[in-house]
Amino acid sequence: MILARVWKFGDNIDTDLIIPARYLNTSDEFELAKHCMEDADPDFVKKAQKGDCIVAGFNFGSGSSREHAPIAIKAAGISCVIAKSFARIFYRNAFNIGLPILELPQTDKIDEGDILEIDTKTGKIFNKTKNETYQATAIPEFMQELIVSGGLFNYAKKMIQKGA
Amino acid sequence: MGKMTISQKILAKHASKEFVKPGEIILADVDLAFANDVTAPIVIKFVNDLGGVIANKDKIALIPDHFTPNKDINSANQCKTMRDFVKQNDIKHYFESGEVGIEHALLPEQGFIKPGMLIVGADSHTCTHGAFGAFATGMGSSDVGFAFVTGKSWFRVPESIKFIINGKKNKWVSGKDFILKIIGTIGVDGALYKSMEFCGSAIGDLSMDDRMTMCNMAVEAGGKNGIIQADKTTINYLQERNITNYEIFQSDEDAEYASVYEFDSANIEPQVAFPHLPENAKGISEVKEDIKIDQAFIGSCTNGRISDLRIAAQILKNNKVAKYVRLIIIPATVEIYKQALKEGLFDIFLDSGAVISTPTCGPCLGGHMGILADGEVAISTSNRNFVGRMGSPKSFVYLANPAVVAASAIAGKIINPDEVIK
Repeated sequence: MILARVWKFGDNIDTDLIIPARYLNTSDEFELAKHCMEDADPDFVKKAQKGDCIVAGFNFGSGSSREHAPIAIKAAGISCVIAKSFARIFYRNAFNIGLPILELPQTDKIDEGDILEIDTKTGKIFNKTKNETYQATAIPEFMQELIVSGGLFNYAKKMIQKGA
Repeated sequence: MGKMTISQKILAKHASKEFVKPGEIILADVDLAFANDVTAPIVIKFVNDLGGVIANKDKIALIPDHFTPNKDINSANQCKTMRDFVKQNDIKHYFESGEVGIEHALLPEQGFIKPGMLIVGADSHTCTHGAFGAFATGMGSSDVGFAFVTGKSWFRVPESIKFIINGKKNKWVSGKDFILKIIGTIGVDGALYKSMEFCGSAIGDLSMDDRMTMCNMAVEAGGKNGIIQADKTTINYLQERNITNYEIFQSDEDAEYASVYEFDSANIEPQVAFPHLPENAKGISEVKEDIKIDQAFIGSCTNGRISDLRIAAQILKNNKVAKYVRLIIIPATVEIYKQALKEGLFDIFLDSGAVISTPTCGPCLGGHMGILADGEVAISTSNRNFVGRMGSPKSFVYLANPAVVAASAIAGKIINPDEVIK
């Protein structure tokens, strides 16, 4: 269970807004975290605190395949991203690196500064500020298996051991 | 069984299944997995942390194209990470500066891409390779690392959307305009998680270059892959490169589609996508206002191919780039570079006042070789016009085909090529 304060963004938050290409000459997560969401909100890293969450509209993470995007968000201390929909590469990347993400059609009901209680396993979200409960779209079984395995890296490790 | 789309069939074959249905998650054998200098360092860490064993070295490629020639110490270190990994593992398919090109132009040209293949790349524009009737999709670094180590990748079998374009192309219209029109119609998330299948007589008439341009931008509509069934044009391209041993798949007549869109190419004119989304596409005749430009860019994995440079030269010949406008032209590979040089295109470009660079992704992603300042406006043949894409988050990028970009460079504003060449 996560207790998180909301930072709100709109539709089509692309990977260039999440981590601009000018910072992609490194894959160091702490360097990337310094510039997280910079072109969407230059003060985001200064304002956001550890455990906060991002709530957005349609097509979050569209654009580049850069895994640096979910890495930057996670390393900036963001506990979860909730959006109406995610671009597919970002969706995979987030699972692969262990950044919890949830698809929720009703993100318009959530405002910046709201406090959410998020159960990333069941997808149940309780808005403490508004006293409302929302249910995120169920995570496919295979993705749950990935999470249980401890991410794609550990899943690969298991596969190698089995195949050997 | 039957009733499968071309994408389903390729996935089924690689998962050793007779039939796969949309939504099903499968583990499939990958024919080619690759990464570039931005994404490879994370792939390499993933592989090395798992013991450094690669499933099949012939099925991987490493292509340093984004920040090369290295723009600073950090990017040099990223390339060194790649080079060291290549040396340690004796990896054959690696391209050093001088032979490197933009990955999605280089791989087909060097004969890596065949119909029926299953391809994953740590770059979102990997979908380009669907132009050959292959299933190709972009993924992140961990996914490509997984493919390097296991030779496999997991896929959620996508539903397909069929786009039929029939008829003859209008003047100055190219594959770029077809795909911008499609994205303008369905929106940047219109094909989210889905396969985009392109067919119809106008698609059949397209060159391989134009087909690659169309499939390249499938990801700009949220698509998992773009795909065009291999035909005579594809086979000719492969024959010219002595490529054999491939299997051509086609969609069943009764395959099921999530939706079908039909276009008459007579209704498609050159398109211009306004900032800051590729879906903001308008026909050139609908651009009523004067949009003055500071920079024009012809290149990228979308439009840096020889046919793109030829059409640019046709327009730039005996013309000068407008005062205070920078025109940057980047051939996508060494082969294209040499061909353009041989055909005398560089003389035309240089006489017009353009800058020519060695192959690199540079300006397309605001990497190097053409960064925009605050408030500047660019017209570009690349694939994205997001906020800050080519540099300053306060700059503006318009997307168009090479003819429109070349004409606009001469006029100093966005213009129909007809107004430059009468």
